[in-house]
Amino acid sequence: MKKYHIPEYIAISDTGFLFLPSTGETFTLNQIGKDIFKMLQAGESDENIYEKITSDYDVERGVIERDFSDFILQLKSYSLIKAI
Amino acid sequence: MKIAVTGLNATDNPGPGVPVIRSILDSEEFKGEIIGLIYDSLEPGIYMKDIADRCYLIPYPSSGLDALFNRIVQIHEKEKIDLIIPTLDSELFGFIKIKEKLEEIGIKTFLPTFEQLNYRAKDKLFDFCTLHGIKVPKNILINSMQDMYSIPQKFDYPVVVKGIFYDAYIANNFEEAMSAFNKMRGKWGYPIIVQEYVKGTEFNVVALGDGTGNTTGAVAMRKLYITDKGKGWAGITIDDPVLLDISHKLIKGLRWKSGMELEYMKSAESGEYYLLEINPRFPAWVYLAPAAGQNLPYALVQLAFNKEVPNFTKFKVGTIFVRSSWDLITDISKFEEIAVKGEFKL
Repeated sequence: MKKYHIPEYIAISDTGFLFLPSTGETFTLNQIGKDIFKMLQAGESDENIYEKITSDYDVERGVIERDFSDFILQLKSYSLIKAI
Repeated sequence: MKIAVTGLNATDNPGPGVPVIRSILDSEEFKGEIIGLIYDSLEPGIYMKDIADRCYLIPYPSSGLDALFNRIVQIHEKEKIDLIIPTLDSELFGFIKIKEKLEEIGIKTFLPTFEQLNYRAKDKLFDFCTLHGIKVPKNILINSMQDMYSIPQKFDYPVVVKGIFYDAYIANNFEEAMSAFNKMRGKWGYPIIVQEYVKGTEFNVVALGDGTGNTTGAVAMRKLYITDKGKGWAGITIDDPVLLDISHKLIKGLRWKSGMELEYMKSAESGEYYLLEINPRFPAWVYLAPAAGQNLPYALVQLAFNKEVPNFTKFKVGTIFVRSSWDLITDISKFEEIAVKGEFKL
């Protein structure tokens, strides 16, 4: 089970618009991206996120695990997240 | 109070005059008039509503300091100017040179000294930064064609070829460097600066130093849109304490007096900031500063009149500017006024 840390200064709006104040970069997340990001912000583990997403969306566990892993890599590449 | 401001050339390579005036006019405390000092009858700021109350043509710096001073005396007899804010790099030397004479006739300025201006010059910046522990790309000064042949021994390509006042080209090989060198030599003369190319993201800071080493205010920005001339056409205020710390250190080291723009590159490789340039005046995007909570141009006005100005300590992060292009319509008679009489009232 893994957990991630999102720095406090990163803000996400209800529309999924994300702003990184230290560089001025902005990102737009779709609905599922926003849901996952908010769960990460709340300190949920990857296991809990898989469970929540498979219950809320029509998606198989294997697919969400793979997409989640890609998403985390992308967030890391933009310095939006750290593994803890 | 009457404040005269230069640099109303709000073109695709905009001067800072219009945003400096907008900032001053935005201050609720300011009660006075703005006099535009212009070099050309087609400077767009002349024709903008609610910017300058009146405009006057002044001679280009190349006409000499006597011509400039005599013209200002003429304008002063009519207008009784209290303060002049020159906003263009190329005129700073002249205004610093005549600032005591201006003071004698009752016109204040708030300008750096020659020494300060010299330290931040492109050809001196490397030594100054090295002395103060600030990272700066390595550079060499080119004073002849022969010097160009030393590039391959000192740097890997690409390199940045810069003019002493304006312009910069990225050259990927010796042929491109020579082509840039020839353009610069014809336009700006020697020395030409060849600089190590730091790959990364550019950040800018607008700041005001009070002349004692203290930073009255500073706002950091990242350009969101850059024109083919390298001008920021949109930008956003950002929160990076490291960037502001370096800027404070520089202002302290220089004991900078006046507005300024600091240009940095954040290295993609190391994440460290490299200082690329210090521009000795407010940038054309200075209106972002009051919009984010730091009215630096008006603070400069207050400092010029020896008023106490508390330091700005914060600004609103996420404030965006987007520049626009807008056609101003005027009548030929208005153009005639400025072209023939050298004076204009909208």
